[in-house]
Amino acid sequence: MIRPEDGLYAALTRRGMTRRAFLKFGAAMTAALALPATYAPRITAAIERAPRLPVIWLRGQACGGDTEAFLAAAGPSVGELLLDLLSVEYHETLMGTSGEAATAVVTSLADRYPDGYFAVVEGAIPTADDGMACTLGGRPFRDVVREVCNGALATIAVGACAFDGGTPASSGGATGSVGVADVAPDARLVSLPGCPMNVENLTATIAHYLAFDELPATDSRHRPYFAYGGLIHNLCERRAHFEFGEFVLAWGDEGAQKGWCLYKLGCKGPETFANCATVQYASGTSWNVKAGQGCIGCTMRRFWDAMGPAHARLPSTIPFAPTITADQIGLALVGGVAALTAVHGSATYARELRNKVVARRRAAAAGRVSADQLQDDPAPGATEPKAPEPAPSEPTPTEFAPTEPDAIDPAATDPAPADPRP
Amino acid sequence: MTRLVIDPVTRVGGPLRVELDVQGGVVTDAWVAATMFRGLERTLIGRDPRDAWLMAQRVCGSCNGVHGLASVRAVEQALGIRIPANARLVRNLAAGAQLVTSHVTGFYRRQLPDWADLVAGATADPTAASELARSIGDSPASSASYFEVVRGRLAALVDSGQPGIFAPGTPGGGSRLTPAASLVVGAHSIEALEWRRSMTRLQTFLGGKSPHPQTLLVGGTALTPPWGGPVLATGEHPRRPQSSAPGALSERGLVALQSLIDGARDFVEGVYLPDVLYLADAYRDATEVGRGLGNLLAYGEFPEDDSDAPRLLLPRGRLMDGDLRTVDQVEEAGIAEAIGHAHYDGESGLVHPSDGRTEPRYHGPRPPVTSLEGAERYSWAKAPRYWDDPMEVGPAARIAVALATNGEPALIIRRVLADLGIAPEALGTTFGRIVAGAIEARLVVDRLAGWLAELRANLAAGDLAFADISAWNPDRWPVEAEGWSLAESPGGALGHWLRIRDRRIAAYQVIDGSTWNLSPRDDRGRRGALEEALVGTPVPDLAAPVDVLRTIHAFDPCPACAVH
Repeated sequence: MIRPEDGLYAALTRRGMTRRAFLKFGAAMTAALALPATYAPRITAAIERAPRLPVIWLRGQACGGDTEAFLAAAGPSVGELLLDLLSVEYHETLMGTSGEAATAVVTSLADRYPDGYFAVVEGAIPTADDGMACTLGGRPFRDVVREVCNGALATIAVGACAFDGGTPASSGGATGSVGVADVAPDARLVSLPGCPMNVENLTATIAHYLAFDELPATDSRHRPYFAYGGLIHNLCERRAHFEFGEFVLAWGDEGAQKGWCLYKLGCKGPETFANCATVQYASGTSWNVKAGQGCIGCTMRRFWDAMGPAHARLPSTIPFAPTITADQIGLALVGGVAALTAVHGSATYARELRNKVVARRRAAAAGRVSADQLQDDPAPGATEPKAPEPAPSEPTPTEFAPTEPDAIDPAATDPAPADPRP
Repeated sequence: MTRLVIDPVTRVGGPLRVELDVQGGVVTDAWVAATMFRGLERTLIGRDPRDAWLMAQRVCGSCNGVHGLASVRAVEQALGIRIPANARLVRNLAAGAQLVTSHVTGFYRRQLPDWADLVAGATADPTAASELARSIGDSPASSASYFEVVRGRLAALVDSGQPGIFAPGTPGGGSRLTPAASLVVGAHSIEALEWRRSMTRLQTFLGGKSPHPQTLLVGGTALTPPWGGPVLATGEHPRRPQSSAPGALSERGLVALQSLIDGARDFVEGVYLPDVLYLADAYRDATEVGRGLGNLLAYGEFPEDDSDAPRLLLPRGRLMDGDLRTVDQVEEAGIAEAIGHAHYDGESGLVHPSDGRTEPRYHGPRPPVTSLEGAERYSWAKAPRYWDDPMEVGPAARIAVALATNGEPALIIRRVLADLGIAPEALGTTFGRIVAGAIEARLVVDRLAGWLAELRANLAAGDLAFADISAWNPDRWPVEAEGWSLAESPGGALGHWLRIRDRRIAAYQVIDGSTWNLSPRDDRGRRGALEEALVGTPVPDLAAPVDVLRTIHAFDPCPACAVH
C-alpha cells in the first residue's frame, strides 16, 4: 500500500506545496527541535525522502482535546497536509467505518503494515476492575493499548492523560487510571504532556523521526528535551516585569492592563517545563500568559494535585537555574526531603550538562557530527546518572494551602486603574 | 430476530456502543451504551471553587470552553456575582464561535461521510462541479480550474490506496450524489479543515489557547484591554510586552477578530448552509427517518443583557409530545437523573442533581463483551429526565423552541424551512437535525459581529471593566452556598450544579446535552432520545446499517461529554 518512492516531498508537491514552503517547513522544524540551523538542509533532505507513515490513533479516557489540537495543526500550513500524509489509518473520531470493520484495523496490524506503523495514544488508561471503565469493541482499552503500542515503531503519548493518567487519575478519581508508560513499558515511547499537548511538538517529533530515523532524546519520563527541557518562566514574555517586581495584584488592575507578571496570581511558569512561551498556539497567535491568566503547570506530573490551586503560588519556589531539568523538578515538587537533595545536586549536574551541550554544538558546527552520531551521543540526561528517583511517587494529593489573601485580596489594591488619558 | 452490535461507533466524541434488535429489516429495539467513564464529578470535589472551571472544562475538548463557562456561571450564581457587560460579550463571542465551529466540523467530518462518497469526486468533471457549486452556493472558490486541482488531489489519494479519513463511511452505502456533487462537497470538506484553523485562531485570541481556553474567570474574564484602552495612541502601552500577534483587545486585535468573524460568516452562509440544503434536497426521504421522542428541551443561550433574567438569543423552553406550538416553561427543579440502568451505585428513582452522587461500579458482562443482552445496567451514562419525561436536546430542540417562541430568529428559520419545503415537524428527524444545526450556525454567526461591535463601543466609551472581583476573597463567602447554571453546549442543554462548603467544592454534578440524547433507559424502562429515534430505522443489509449510522451521527453525540 505504501510506496517507498512516494516520499513526503513528492506527496506535498502533488498537493500544491512549493519548494520554498517546504524548505521553510524544514527550517521551522529544525528550530522547533532546538537543533543548530546547519541541520536544516539535512532535515529537509531526510523528510523529502521519507515514506508515508501509517498512524494508529487510539483514544481512551480522553476529552478529545488532543484530537482537537491535532486538527488545528498550523505548522507552516503543513499540519493539515501531514494529517493526510501520515495516512491516519485508525482514528475513531475521524475514520469512516464503524464496528468490526474498524476494529479489524487494530487486530491485524502486523499483516496490514509490514513496514511498521506509529501509534498515538490520547487519554488515560483505566486499570481498576479489569479496566472496564473504558472498553473498545468489548475489550478493555488497556489490552488494546498494550498490543498496538508494543508492536509499533514508536508510540507517542499525547496530552496529560496519556502521560500519567491526568484528569481521571487526579485526587478523587476511581478508575486506577495510568499513562501509556505504565501499561506498555516495552513500547518505544515519547510523551508529550500538556492539556492539551501543543501540536507543534507532535509535528516536530514526527519530523525528527522522519529525518533521523530515531526519536528525539527524552528524559526519564519520555518527554523530549526540545519541548520540555526548559522552564516557561525563563523565556516568558512577562519575565522582565518579574525582575522589576511589577506584578498583577488583582484581575483587571493596572498591572494586568500593562501586561505585568502573573506570578502573584498563581502563575506556575517558574515551576513548569514546557515551550509554550516560545512556540505558543495557533501559529504564535497567543498563549495563556499572554492572554492574561497564569500557567497552571499542565505539562507537569500529577499537575491537578501537585500544581494547584491555580490561583495561589506554590509554597516553595524552584531556583531559577537555566539548565535544571523536569526530572529534577518533579522531585522537588513531590519529593519532600528528597527534593532538597535533588536541587542541591543539580548545580554540579547542570554544569556537566552544559559542558556536554557546548561540546556537541561545537562539533556540530564544525560539521563533524552526522545525524547518527547526534543520536548516538544522547542528549544530556538520557544516560547520565539521575538525581535520586523519588520514592515511588504515588500522587500525594496535596492539601490545598489556604489562599494567600495578600496576593489576591482586591481590597489590598485599587482595582480601578487610573485613567492615563489626558 | 437478529442482534446487531456496533462497537465502536466511530465519528462521535468518545467510545460508544450501540446494540439493536432487527426484525424484518427494521430496528425493533435499541440500546445505546457509553463505554468510557472518567469521574470528573468526583475529582472536582475538594478543590477551590475559583479553579473548578479549569477542570470542569476538561469534560470535553471538542465543545471547548463550554463546560468551563457553565462551571464559572454556577460558581458566580452561588456567590452572587454579576459580571460586567464586557465579560458577557467576550463569553458570548467565544461560545458562539465555538457553537458555529462545532456544527460545521460535525457536518463535514462526522456526518457528511454517511451521505457522500468523497473519493467518488476523483472521477468528476470539474466544469460540471463548477457549475453546480455556483448554482447552490456562494463560495469564492468555485472555478473549474479550482475543482480540477481538488480532483487531482482526490485522485492522488485514491491512487495511493490509502484514502485515510476520506474513505467512505459505509462501503456500498449508496451515496445518491453525482460525481460532480461529490467533488463539490469533498472540496468543501477540505476547505472546512482550513477554515476551522482560522476559528482556532479566533479562540486562541480570546482564550490564550484552544482547546481548553484559559481566560475564564469567576467574575468575568482574565482578558484585559491594554492600559488606557485600545484607542490610546497606537493602542499599545510602550511597556506592554511585544510579540508578533496583537493582544485580543488591542485595536489591532479587535480588527483581527473582526476579519476572522467575517470569514466565519462567509463560510457558513456561502458554503456550509447551501451544502446542507443541497443534501437535504437530495435526501428528502431522510426527514422521514429517525423520528424521536417528540419531547424537545432547550435551556437557551447567549444572554443579550445583564439583568437577572436576560433575553436569550436562542430562547429557553420545552415542547412536549410533538406539539410544536405550545412552549412550556423550563424549571430547574424538574431536572433529575436515574441510574437504574447505568454502572453506578446509589438510590433508585429520580434524583435532583443537587443531591446527585457519582459512585461508579461496573455491572455489565466481563470481556470480551459480545452482547449486552440481559444486562440490567449497560451504560456509563446516567438517565436524565424532566419531570419524569425523557427529552431530546440539541440544535433541533433549540430551533424548534425558537420557532415556537416566535422571536426574531423565527423569521430566518421559517424562511429556510420554506425554501426547503419541509414542515417544522421534520426538525426532529435524521436530516432535520442536520438542517437545524446549519440554521442555528447561521443565526449565531450573524450575531458575532454584533457582539464585537458592542464590545468596541464599550471600550471606546472608556468602559474597561472585564471582571467583578468583589467576591474573589473567600473570607467574604458564606460557609455554605449552592449554585447551578443552565446553558447550551453545541450538543444540547447543559447544566452544572455545585455546592461550596468551607471554601471548597463539596458536591458537583454535570448533565450534558449528550447525557440527555445518549441516555439509557430510566427506572421505568423508557428509552432515551437516541434509542427511541433508532427504533423503526430500516436495516435492509445487516453488514451496512447505513440509516442507523446516519441517525446516530445526526445527533452528533459526544459520549465523553455524556458521561464525564
